[in-house]
Amino acid sequence: MIEKEVVVIGGGPSGFSAAVEAAKRGAEVLVVDENLRAGGQLFKQIHKFFGSSTHQAGVRGIDIASELLEQARECGVEVWLNSVVVGLFKEKKVTIKKTLADNSEKLEIIQAKKIVIATGASENAVRFKGWTLPGVMGAGAAQTMINVNRVLPGKRILMIGSGNVGLIVSNQLLQAGAEVVGVIEAAPQIGGYGVHAAKIRRAGVPIYTSHTIQEARGKKNVEKAVICEVNDKWQPIRGTEKILEVDTITIAAGLKPLIELAMMHDCKCSFIPQLGGWVPLHDKNMESTNPGIYLVGDVAGVEEANTALEEGRLAGTAIAETLKYISLGNARKLKKEIWQRLNELRMGPFGEKRMLAKNNILTAYKI
Amino acid sequence: MRVDNHIILGKDERKETIEIKVDGKTIQAKKGEMIIAALMANGIRINRYTVKKKEPRGIFCGIGQCTDCVMVVNGKPNVRTCVTPVEDGMIIETQYGVERGNR
Amino acid sequence: MVLRKMGYLTKEELVNSNCYPAEERFNKGSVAIIECTEEIPCNPCETACKFKAIKIGKPITNIPILDENLCIGCGMCIAKCPGLAIFIVDKTYSNKEGLISFPHEYLPLPVTGSIVKAVNREGKVVSSGKVIKVLNKKGFDRTPVITITVPKEKLDEVRGIKRLESEDSKQFYSRE
Repeated sequence: MIEKEVVVIGGGPSGFSAAVEAAKRGAEVLVVDENLRAGGQLFKQIHKFFGSSTHQAGVRGIDIASELLEQARECGVEVWLNSVVVGLFKEKKVTIKKTLADNSEKLEIIQAKKIVIATGASENAVRFKGWTLPGVMGAGAAQTMINVNRVLPGKRILMIGSGNVGLIVSNQLLQAGAEVVGVIEAAPQIGGYGVHAAKIRRAGVPIYTSHTIQEARGKKNVEKAVICEVNDKWQPIRGTEKILEVDTITIAAGLKPLIELAMMHDCKCSFIPQLGGWVPLHDKNMESTNPGIYLVGDVAGVEEANTALEEGRLAGTAIAETLKYISLGNARKLKKEIWQRLNELRMGPFGEKRMLAKNNILTAYKI
Repeated sequence: MRVDNHIILGKDERKETIEIKVDGKTIQAKKGEMIIAALMANGIRINRYTVKKKEPRGIFCGIGQCTDCVMVVNGKPNVRTCVTPVEDGMIIETQYGVERGNR
Repeated sequence: MVLRKMGYLTKEELVNSNCYPAEERFNKGSVAIIECTEEIPCNPCETACKFKAIKIGKPITNIPILDENLCIGCGMCIAKCPGLAIFIVDKTYSNKEGLISFPHEYLPLPVTGSIVKAVNREGKVVSSGKVIKVLNKKGFDRTPVITITVPKEKLDEVRGIKRLESEDSKQFYSRE
């Protein structure tokens, strides 16, 4: 059995920032990711991030990703790509289906001292008549196709969901040359930031609040979408149906944490809708109810890239502290600064629900 | 449709192409890209048909989790085309059901 | 607020939120309009202005406040705003026309001198305009800034141009 000091499961922003914080202080860190390329969802974020100008606000997600991976290289973080963590067993045994250079596969079991679960989240589905037709896909899938694969998933798109993902991906579809026929939102108000909505309104994209999708029509592909208004009880209003000529329907209806590995190792979870569903509990160090296992990023509650980066830094610092690579005093100072930034990112009317939910996690953890 | 030029991503610098066969037809693909990208660039959106009702399915999650995009690749069924890169001479077939012979 | 339901701001809302320069300031020359009315953790505009005309302070969710007297309307802030919410308006350009500069992250970019369709915050065409300048400097990090002339009376409305079709315009822009 191989032994590693720190194994990070998931090579996205939270996983890599945890890896960098631990590795730069001397820890031996391995990051495992199932994809052919590291970076998680960051390489799809071609827009400029918000946040504090002292912490990369105004920088595009893709550039933050490149910089983070470069830092990891410099710190000597080991990375296994194209390798899936298929199991997490007590105590802290990580089972990995590793793909080697010659494309053969090998099962490795690693005994880790510390584990960081940074597995992210997966897109929710919204089911409606015809939703299985080719052309209906997650907004993230459309984003992957245009920003990573450089291929349009379709030419005339209906976006379901007006949260930040729906609004941002709609704009990115315009940038890739598609036409976004409309954004529909079941709630009576737009979910995401006003500036994101304003950007696509200026570009001529209508946003239909209090609307839902009734049906996707087509023989073997999406050809039309039927949308209709909903009342204040979220029920469709007869007679308000509109038929839109579209070939693609993208769904941006939220994400849910990918908690399977956390559950395998008996991490206690709680159902918190504001953070995406079942969320593993963690303390102020991002440590789960299982000592030595940390949770960071979307798996610890669906938020955004900036909070994922900070939570990763928090766990990485906490791990370096417990492995005695930094002093208690230094660790306390660093963690305090990170918490200040996290609190800042969770302020305001958009963040306060998440702030409350995250505080509830910390409280529930103590029980 | 490929995005050859993009305000943020710039020009597509990938010049190397290879040939793959999809249901007997030869199409051009860019070296190293995911199978689904080559298919979509050539207007192919159906990856498979379901077992019972023989309904068409195409990409859904795009990151290898939902298996809606699986096809038979070089004789092997259930290959996730959204996370599998193309290779020169690859033979790709629309998958019917869950295994090769299940039409 | 109309923004939450319709996805765009009205001039009235901007004025009421203290996000719109006074008419006397417009009469003095170019000035920035920061159409950002919600408390989001975001402050790159503050550091973007070398004249220190934009203030956010702490917490960074504060809505940016423009000091009209320090602002000279240079436009450096336009490309720095991740929300693409900053515009520069010059109501003193000529007797009949004014200038509006705005971010435009789409291809193809228009050619200087070409006639374009100017749109309001709802994306409706409200006037035609002439392209005076297309800037895509390295420091803008791929957020081109376009300046067009429009009739003066349209300056409180126009906030962009209708995206060009690929055949409409030559794909030409320069990096400085």
